[in-house]
Amino acid sequence: MLDIIRSKVLIAYTALLALISLSIFMSDADVTKGLISITTIVMIIVPLVSIVYATTYYFNASEFTELLVSQPISRSDILWGKFIGIASSILGSYLIGICIPVALFAFSSTGLMLMLSGCLLSLSFVSLAFLASTKTRDKAKGIGMSLIIWFYCSIIFDAIVLLFLFSFSDYPLEKVMIALTAFNPIDLARILILLQLDISALMGYTGALYRDFFGSGSGIAFSLIFQIAWSVLPILLATRTFKKKDL
Amino acid sequence: MGDLIELRDLKKSFGKLEVLKGINCGFEKGKVVSVLGPNAAGKTTLIKSVLGMVIPDQGNILYKGELVTGTFEYKKHIGYMPQIGRYPDNMKIGQLFEMMQDLRKLKSDLDTDLVESYHLKSMYNKTMSTLSGGTRQKVSAALAFMFQPEVLILDEPTAGLDPIAAEILKDKIMEQKNKGKLILITSHILTEADELADIVMYLLDGNIRFYKPIDVLKSETGETRLGKALTKILAA
Repeated sequence: MLDIIRSKVLIAYTALLALISLSIFMSDADVTKGLISITTIVMIIVPLVSIVYATTYYFNASEFTELLVSQPISRSDILWGKFIGIASSILGSYLIGICIPVALFAFSSTGLMLMLSGCLLSLSFVSLAFLASTKTRDKAKGIGMSLIIWFYCSIIFDAIVLLFLFSFSDYPLEKVMIALTAFNPIDLARILILLQLDISALMGYTGALYRDFFGSGSGIAFSLIFQIAWSVLPILLATRTFKKKDL
Repeated sequence: MGDLIELRDLKKSFGKLEVLKGINCGFEKGKVVSVLGPNAAGKTTLIKSVLGMVIPDQGNILYKGELVTGTFEYKKHIGYMPQIGRYPDNMKIGQLFEMMQDLRKLKSDLDTDLVESYHLKSMYNKTMSTLSGGTRQKVSAALAFMFQPEVLILDEPTAGLDPIAAEILKDKIMEQKNKGKLILITSHILTEADELADIVMYLLDGNIRFYKPIDVLKSETGETRLGKALTKILAA
């Protein structure tokens, strides 16, 4: 609706993604290995860039948002306009940087899964960024909050899961583990991609169980649904907050 | 009555701080109302409430007798010039104007006087990040007047403008007033308020201290200058 984003940051991001995927594919003859390397990198970079970029953009445009609010247009339209603008540009970068190389070099079900879950991952982190931004008042707090979310999803969450596994190792935890992954969009994406590869055997018993669950159609549906929920719910909550927010 | 905008018992607090403590007033068309008051008196909050940027805790805003609290349709009758206009860096002036026209669904019948007198047309291709603060103010002013709104809300309009541009803006304000528009101005510059305003609203600690026509103020105090008149009243 209302956004013109032609920023250097995004071009750099696209270039970075493209560089990563191309160099990995070029240097490694084994496409599957290449996909795993890309997955590992993507799972860290995509969420980080999405959430930080969306948050900074939100706060840099905050005075302009005020002006827009004084115009005859509803607040949810304003927020959704911003969301669509940012999300589509981040997605665009991902499509150019990762999806096209993957489609060219490693078109397979794993490749497809990487494209799809990467897109959903970008969306959910832009969405989370909006939630963090509308909940906080100033830029420093907003970015701090975003970084905490990213930190939680990519590092702290794993630590918590490990701790949990360790302290309750006497109990059967497999089902619980599956439920736990739903609380982290990055894990959801990672498991989904890795299970398309035949390396889940390396992950031991839990891996086999994951494979049973996430490898099946309903498991894929389960994780996709949760990924979509991670994209949709935060922005809906953000809209609710934004409607009541004083600018 | 004939009030264009009416505020009823408007209350707002930020945390424990009560910023507006029940504002009741009406603004008539064809008048320039100057909202004065010391810092933190609630001027900006009052204006932002009228614009729907701040959501009041209690009380209502009426436009032409209709309740408009929490809606946005009435905003098409309002032109707002913010104190500091900041726009997306990559956007060009021309694009900004076009976007606003799209937003208001109003393409013809535009008031481009200010665009012309500030020579903004020649800068349509400049991006916002390259503009000086003063030019941005000019853009904000041109935008506020562009859609011929019934109500103009100007927050410190002449701050940051060069003297000539400020004169042009004042002439424009007087012209609009004579067309029967309502104009709300906040300003710290008393001579300016003296020059432009018909009515002075003085806010103090979230209440209206007084709300009187400027000539009444002057005759009550026997002063010819607004600044003097104000100090006299406030001292009493």
